[in-house]
Amino acid sequence: MSARDNIFRKLRAASTTTLPSPDAAITAHYASLPRTAKADLAKEFAEKITAWHAEVHAVPRSGWVAKLQEVVVAKGIASLLYAPATAHGKAMEAAGVGGLKPYDKPIDGWKQELFENVDAAITGTRGAIAETGTMIVWPDADEPRLMSLVPPIHIALVDADAVMPTLYDAITQQGWSQGLPTNALLITGPSKTADIQQTLAYGAHGPKELIVLLLTGEDAQ
Amino acid sequence: MSTPQTTHHIQFVSGNEFKRRAAGIVADPFLKKSFRGAMDFLMMKRAAQFPDPELLERQRDLAEHIRRYSLSKLPELLEQLETNLKKNGVQVHWAETPDEANAIILDICRRHDTKLMVKGKSMVSEEVELNHAMDAAGIEALESDMGEYIVQLAGEKPSHIIMPAIHKTKQQIAELFAAKVPGVSYTEDVDALIQIGRDVLRKKFMEAEVGLSGVNFAVAETGTICLVENEGNGRMCTTVPDVHIAITGIEKVVEKLEHVVPLYGLLTRSATGQAITTYFNVITGPRKSGEKDGPKEMHLVLVDNGRTQAFADEQLRQTLQCIRCGACMNHCPVYTRIGGHAYGTTYPGPIGKIVSPHMMGLGATHVLPGASTLCGACGEVCPVKIPIPDLLIRLREEATHEAKPGHAPLFGQGAGKTAFASFAFKGFAFLYSRPALYRLFTWAATRFRALTPGNQAGWTKTRTPLTPAKKSLRDLLAERNKH
Repeated sequence: MSARDNIFRKLRAASTTTLPSPDAAITAHYASLPRTAKADLAKEFAEKITAWHAEVHAVPRSGWVAKLQEVVVAKGIASLLYAPATAHGKAMEAAGVGGLKPYDKPIDGWKQELFENVDAAITGTRGAIAETGTMIVWPDADEPRLMSLVPPIHIALVDADAVMPTLYDAITQQGWSQGLPTNALLITGPSKTADIQQTLAYGAHGPKELIVLLLTGEDAQ
Repeated sequence: MSTPQTTHHIQFVSGNEFKRRAAGIVADPFLKKSFRGAMDFLMMKRAAQFPDPELLERQRDLAEHIRRYSLSKLPELLEQLETNLKKNGVQVHWAETPDEANAIILDICRRHDTKLMVKGKSMVSEEVELNHAMDAAGIEALESDMGEYIVQLAGEKPSHIIMPAIHKTKQQIAELFAAKVPGVSYTEDVDALIQIGRDVLRKKFMEAEVGLSGVNFAVAETGTICLVENEGNGRMCTTVPDVHIAITGIEKVVEKLEHVVPLYGLLTRSATGQAITTYFNVITGPRKSGEKDGPKEMHLVLVDNGRTQAFADEQLRQTLQCIRCGACMNHCPVYTRIGGHAYGTTYPGPIGKIVSPHMMGLGATHVLPGASTLCGACGEVCPVKIPIPDLLIRLREEATHEAKPGHAPLFGQGAGKTAFASFAFKGFAFLYSRPALYRLFTWAATRFRALTPGNQAGWTKTRTPLTPAKKSLRDLLAERNKH
C-alpha cells in the first residue's frame, strides 16, 4: 500500500455527508455588500493603493509615455526593463523612452544581470480592485513574472475603466477559473515587512517602490 | 494503522517541562511585556478591520460553511486536485509521516544536485522538521521570510505562526546580525536591518537550485495553489530557482477559486489586521514552453501527519477547518503570558493545543489541552468558527480516559491518566454515591477543618489553601428551613 492509498483509505473510512455547496451563499454575500458607483471606482482604487505606499499618477491615455519619461528622469532610472512584444512596449520604443531594456530571452542566461543591473520594470495589468487598492497582474510569455518582482522599482499601467469593485467581481467577471496563467498575481503596494518589532519597513525582498500610471479619459486628470 | 506512527525527532516537552518553561517566561518581565505589547497591537488592528459585528458574523458563517463543505468532500477534492495539478504539469506526492515527506523532498533535491534550498514561510515544513533533514543530508535549507531568517540565524524556532520573531527586540536582532552576518556592524535602524536581510537573501535566491514554499489554499477545480505574503520572498522561492516544491497539509484544499475569496479576506484581517497582503500569488503549474521565467519543474507534497485521525471523528474534524491566521493565539490570555516557545510544539496557542495531539500523540501533548482557562476568546475570534474550547474539553477527556466503545483510540489515548487522579475520582464517586458516608464525611470535614494541611501540593504553589466551610450546604439549608 502506498502512502496515497493509506491516506485515501483512512479518509474514506470516516463517515461524511457532503454538505450543500456554498456557491449561492457566496454570491448572495457579495451582492449584499454596499457597492461603489462605477464612476468612483478608479478614485477609490487610487486612494487605497496610495495608502498602501504606492505612488499614483492619473494620466490621460494618450499622455502616459510622456509621464513615464518624467518618472524615469525623476527617479534616475538608467535601465528600464520592458516587454517589447506588448502594445505598451511598442509605444515606449516609438517614443524613444531612455534606458529601455527588453525582456526578450529566458532568464537562465542573465539572472545576475536582472538582480543587479536593472533599476525598474514597467508592466501592464489586467485591471484592478477598488475595495483593497489592488492590481491584477497577469504575466505571460511576453511579459514574464519576474518583472514585477526583482527590479527595485515597479511601474504599472492600470486602465481606470478596468477597476472592479471586489476580488470576487474580478474572478467571476474575468472568468479566472476558465484560464489561469502559470502565475496570476494580486499586488497591493511595494514589498513590505513588519517582522522586526512590528515596525513597518518597505522593500523587504521585492520592489521598494510601486508607481502606478492610472490611465484615464482625455479630459480627466 | 489506526494511529500515525512518528519515528522522527520532534522536540516536545513533558508536562512538567511545559510548566517549568511557562513559569520561567511569566517571571521574565521583559518577555512578558513584549508578548503583551505585540498581542495588544494585533488585537487592536484586527478589531479595526471588523467595525460591524453583524457583518463579521455573516463573514464567519460563510467562511465556516466553505471550510466545512470542503472537508465534507475532502477525498473527492484531493483526487480532483491531483488530476488537475498533473494536467498542469505539477508532480504530486503523498506523505503519511514527516519522515516520508522529508524523504520525498530530499530525493527531488538530490536529483537536482542541490546545495542550497531557499524557503518561503511554511509551517508544515516546520512541522516535519524539514530543515533538520536537509541539514543531515548536507543541503543548506535557508529561511527567507525576514522573521524566519532571524529565528534561524539565532538557532531558534518561531514563537508565532504569523510573526515568527515576535519575541525578539530590534536590539537583539541588531546584535544577532552584527555577530552572524559577515561585514555588518551594529545598527538598530529597522530599515537598515531589513536592507541587510534583503542583500544577503537576494544572492541566495539567485544561487538556490530549489525553492520551497507552503500553501495557503489549494484549488481542486483548477489545480492551483495560492500563497499569501507581504515580503515577496514567497514569490522569489516559487519563481527564481529551477525547481519549486510546495508542501501542505491535506486539509488545505477547497473546490473553487471563488471559495478562496471570503477565506482570504478573513485570513489577513484576522491575522494582522490588514485588509489584504501585498502579494497574492496564484500558481497553476511550472514554466510553460515559450515562457521566459518560472521554475522548470514543480512539485506538491501533500502531508497527512495525523490529519486523518482528526478527520475520522466528526467533532475533532473541525480542527481541520483552520486557515492558520493565528487570531486564537493573539487573543489567548495564556499565550499572551507565556509566548510560543513554552508549548514545545510547532503550532503554539489554542490551535496548537487541538492540532498537536493528532500530530505528536497525546503522550507528548496531554498537558496542553489543560493549559487553558476556557475563557472562550479563541472560539469567538476564529474566522472559521472552530469551537476550540469544546475541542479542548474533548481532548482533556481523551487524554485521561480509555476510548469510548465504538471509537478507535487516539494516538496516545489516555496518556494523561495518573494513578493518583484515578484514585481521587474513584474515592469521590464512592463517597458521593453513599448518602450516609457522605454525611459522616461532611460532619467530620466541617468539625476538623482546622486540621486541613496548609501545603496542598500543586494547588498552593500559586493559590491559598483549600479549607472546608464551617457548615456544609446541607446544614445551612436545614437551618434555613427551620426558620
